[in-house]
Amino acid sequence: MKNSVVLAVGASALAFSAFALPAHAQVADSITIYNAQHEGLTKEWAEAFKEDTGIVVTIRNGSDMEFANQIVQEGENSPADVFLTENSPAMALVDGKGLFEPVAADTLAQVPEQFRPANGHWIGVAARSTVFAYDKTKLTADKLPTSMLDLAKPEWKGRWAASPSGADFQAIVGALLQLKGADVTESWLQGMQANYTAYKGNSIAMKAVNAGEVEGALIYHYYYFGDQAKTGENSNNLGLHYFKGQDPGAFVSISGGGILKSSKHKEQAQAFLEWLTGESGQRVLRDGTSFEYAVGKGAASNKALVPLADLDAPKVEPSMLNNAQVTDLMTEAGIF
Amino acid sequence: MTSSVSDNAIPMARRRRRSGPSSWTFAIAVTIALFALLPLGFVIWATVATGPETAFKLIARPRVGALLVNTVALVLITVPLCALLAVALAFLTERTDMPGRRLWAWLCITPLAVPAFVHSYAWIGLWPGLNGLGAGVAISLAAYFPFLYLPVAAAFRLLDPALEDQAASLGLSPLAVFRRVVLPQLRLSLCGGSLLVGLHLLAEYGLYAMIRFDTFTTAIVEQFQSTYNGVAAHMLALVLVVCCFALIGLEVVLRGRSRYARLGSGVARVAGVMPLGRWRHAAMALPALTAVFALCIPAYTLTRWLVAGGAAIWRMDEIGLALSQTLIICLIGGVCTVLAALPVAWLVVRRPDRKNRIVESCYYLASSMPGVVVALALVAVTVRVALPLYQTVATITLAYVIMFLPRALVSLRTSIAQVPVELEQAAASLGRSPARALMATTVRLAAPGAAAGMALTSLGILNELTATQMLAPNGTRTLAMAFWALSSEIDYAAAAPYAVLMVVFSLPMTWLLHHQSRKIAGR
Repeated sequence: MKNSVVLAVGASALAFSAFALPAHAQVADSITIYNAQHEGLTKEWAEAFKEDTGIVVTIRNGSDMEFANQIVQEGENSPADVFLTENSPAMALVDGKGLFEPVAADTLAQVPEQFRPANGHWIGVAARSTVFAYDKTKLTADKLPTSMLDLAKPEWKGRWAASPSGADFQAIVGALLQLKGADVTESWLQGMQANYTAYKGNSIAMKAVNAGEVEGALIYHYYYFGDQAKTGENSNNLGLHYFKGQDPGAFVSISGGGILKSSKHKEQAQAFLEWLTGESGQRVLRDGTSFEYAVGKGAASNKALVPLADLDAPKVEPSMLNNAQVTDLMTEAGIF
Repeated sequence: MTSSVSDNAIPMARRRRRSGPSSWTFAIAVTIALFALLPLGFVIWATVATGPETAFKLIARPRVGALLVNTVALVLITVPLCALLAVALAFLTERTDMPGRRLWAWLCITPLAVPAFVHSYAWIGLWPGLNGLGAGVAISLAAYFPFLYLPVAAAFRLLDPALEDQAASLGLSPLAVFRRVVLPQLRLSLCGGSLLVGLHLLAEYGLYAMIRFDTFTTAIVEQFQSTYNGVAAHMLALVLVVCCFALIGLEVVLRGRSRYARLGSGVARVAGVMPLGRWRHAAMALPALTAVFALCIPAYTLTRWLVAGGAAIWRMDEIGLALSQTLIICLIGGVCTVLAALPVAWLVVRRPDRKNRIVESCYYLASSMPGVVVALALVAVTVRVALPLYQTVATITLAYVIMFLPRALVSLRTSIAQVPVELEQAAASLGRSPARALMATTVRLAAPGAAAGMALTSLGILNELTATQMLAPNGTRTLAMAFWALSSEIDYAAAAPYAVLMVVFSLPMTWLLHHQSRKIAGR
C-alpha cells in the first residue's frame, strides 16, 4: 500500500512536471514569436533566418489585437520574445504600456523614418496599401468612388463589403480618425453601417466580390496579387482601385516588429529584427508569395505591385493610431 | 476449514475497503470535479468582478440581442428537425423491411466522422454565397442528426413489442399505436439526444463562422481575437452559459419522471419488422437523401479540391508534423480523461449512493460548458494565478478532460458494472492491499471500456478547434488548426488533405460508437 502510494505520487509528480514544460523546450539559441502576420510569410522568414543564423524560431499564430492584449495581460511573464503584426495599432497598444525594448539603432537605420515610430520602440517590417477591389463586370472607372468617404453616401447602399472585425480594417478606420477627426469618422461609420455587408476576413470579402455578391470591397492590395499568383479563381473578375491623392483610402498600413522587455533572449530577438529589416528579410517580401511591400532602405518590392512611392499615401503617425477609440466608435455605430 | 477462512476473510476485506478505496477514491473524484467546475466558477467570478453596472451595460445592448435571436432560433429550429429526421430514419432502419437496412443504418452514423466545420467547408465549396440562419440550420442538421439517430435507434431496438401488440389488440390503428405507445417510450432517448445536439449547436464555432452566421460562440471568439481575455467576452460567456443551463433545465422538464420497464418474468422478444408493401423501395428515398446531404456533399467537395490541388497540396513535412502533434495530443488527452473518469466510474457502480451521484452529475454539468468558455476560463486562471501552467500541455489536457470526461465515464461504467465485485473481494482476501486488489481485478477487466472511452475522447479531441486554438502550447499545430488557418485564407485546396486525415482517423472511432450502441442494446 505504502509503496503504491509513493509510486503514484512520484509518477504523478513526474507526469505533472513533464506537462508543465511548453511543447518546445526553450533552447538557448531560440526565440518565440507572437505572430499576427500571415502564417506563410512568417514561416518563410523563420526558416530563412534559421538557415542564416542557426537560431530556432517557435511561432504562435494569432491576430493583432488578440496578441497585443495578451502581451499586456502576461506582462512580465510573457513567453514571447518578438511580436510581429499586420498593422500598427497593436504595436501602439503594447508600446503604450511600456512593454517594448527599444530597437537597436543600427536596425532602425535600415528603415526610412516614415515606416517606423519616432520613438524607435518598434520598427516597420513590411507595408500594405488600402484598395477598393471591384467587380470589373459591374463597375467601370468612371463609376468608382473618388474618395473612400464616398462609400458612406446613400448611392453606395448595399454595394460594398468589408471585414470590420479584422485588425486590417480597424487600422484603416484608425487612419481616418487621425486624418479627419472623430466627427467625420463617426458619421462615416454610420453611413458604412447602413451601406456595407460584413464578411469575416479580407480574402472572404474579396471572394464575394469576385463571385458577384457585392460590387466592391475595401481591403488590402496583396490578397488580390496572392490569389492571382495561385489560380486566380477568387480574383479574376476583379480590378484594383487605388484612391491615391492622400485620401484616407490611400492609407498605407505598416506591419510592425518589436522586442518585449520581458524577453530572455533579447540578443537573438535583436538579431532577428536586424535580419528581418535587412537585405535577407526584405528579399523574402520581394521574391516570396506574400506580395506585401518591402520597407527597407533600397529594398525592392515584388515587380507585380504598383510601386509604393506612386501610391500618394496620406501621412499618418503609426504610433498614434488609437484602436480603443476606433472600436468604441465602431461599437457605437452598431458595427460590433 | 475452508469455510471459516472465507467467513473471516470476506467481512474483513469488506471493512478494509469501506475505509480504504471508497474514501480516497471519493476524495480524488471530488478534487477532479472541482477542477471540472472551474470554468463555471470562473464565469460567476468574472460577473461578480465586473460589477452589475458594467455587466448590465455589456449585456443589454443591441448586438447581444441580435446574437440571442440567432442562437435561440438556431436551436429551436434545428433540434426539432433533427429529432424528426432521426425518428423517421431510426424507424425505417430498425422496424421496417426497407431493403438494405443495415447499410442505411451505417450511413446514418457515418456523418459523425466528418467534423462539423468540414461539413460547412463542403457546403460553401458547392454554394459559395451560403450564409445566415437557413444555411446554419441545414448544415447543422447534416452534421448533428446522428447524435439523435444513435440513441433513438437504440431505443427502437430495446422496445418491448408486447406493449404495441396489446395496444393494437385493443383496437388502436398503427398510427395511434406509434403515437401513444412507441413515441412515449422514445422520449428519454429523444430528450437526451436533443440536449446533446442543442449543446453542440451552442458550442460550435467553425461551422457558423464559415457561413457568416453569428452566434454567442462565434462572437466570443471574435471578441477574444480582438481583445484577448476582455470583460466583453466574459459577459458574452455568461449569457452563453445561461443558455446552456436553460437547455438542460428544459430537458429535465420535458424528460419527466415516468419510466418504462418490463415487469415480470422473461425478456422482451425482438420486435418484428413492419412490411412496407409497395412503399418498400420508395422508403429508401429518405436515407438516400440524407446521405446525399451529409456524406456526398463532403465527399464531393473534398474530392474536387484534392483533384484541383494535385500533388502540390500534400506538403508532407507540414502535414506529418500536424498529424503527429494531433495524435500525441489525442493520446495524452484520451489517457488522462479515462484516468480522471476511473474513480467516479468505480464509485457510481460500486457505491451508488447520493453523494457519488452528485459528484457524477458535476462532471456532466461541467462538460456541457462550450469549449470556448472552458478555454477562456483556463486562459484567465493560468495567466493570473497558475502561471507555470500557462500555455502548457497540462492546461489543454485539463480542458479536454473537462469537455470529454462523460464520454469516458459512460464507457467505463458499463464495463466496470460487468466485473463481479466478488473478484475484488477475493483479491483482497488473498492479502492484496485494496488499491492492488482493485488494480488486479476491476481495473484490468474494465480495459475494453477504458479503450472505448479513450477512442471516443480522442474523436472529440481530434475534431476540437475552438479550445485547442486558444490553449495550444506555442508552436503546436493540430490538423484542425491547420485546416482552419488554410481555409480562412481561402486556400481550400491546401486545407483538403487535413480534412481528409481528420475524417480517416474519425471513421474507426465512429464505427466503434455504432458497435457500442448495438452491444448495449444486445443485438
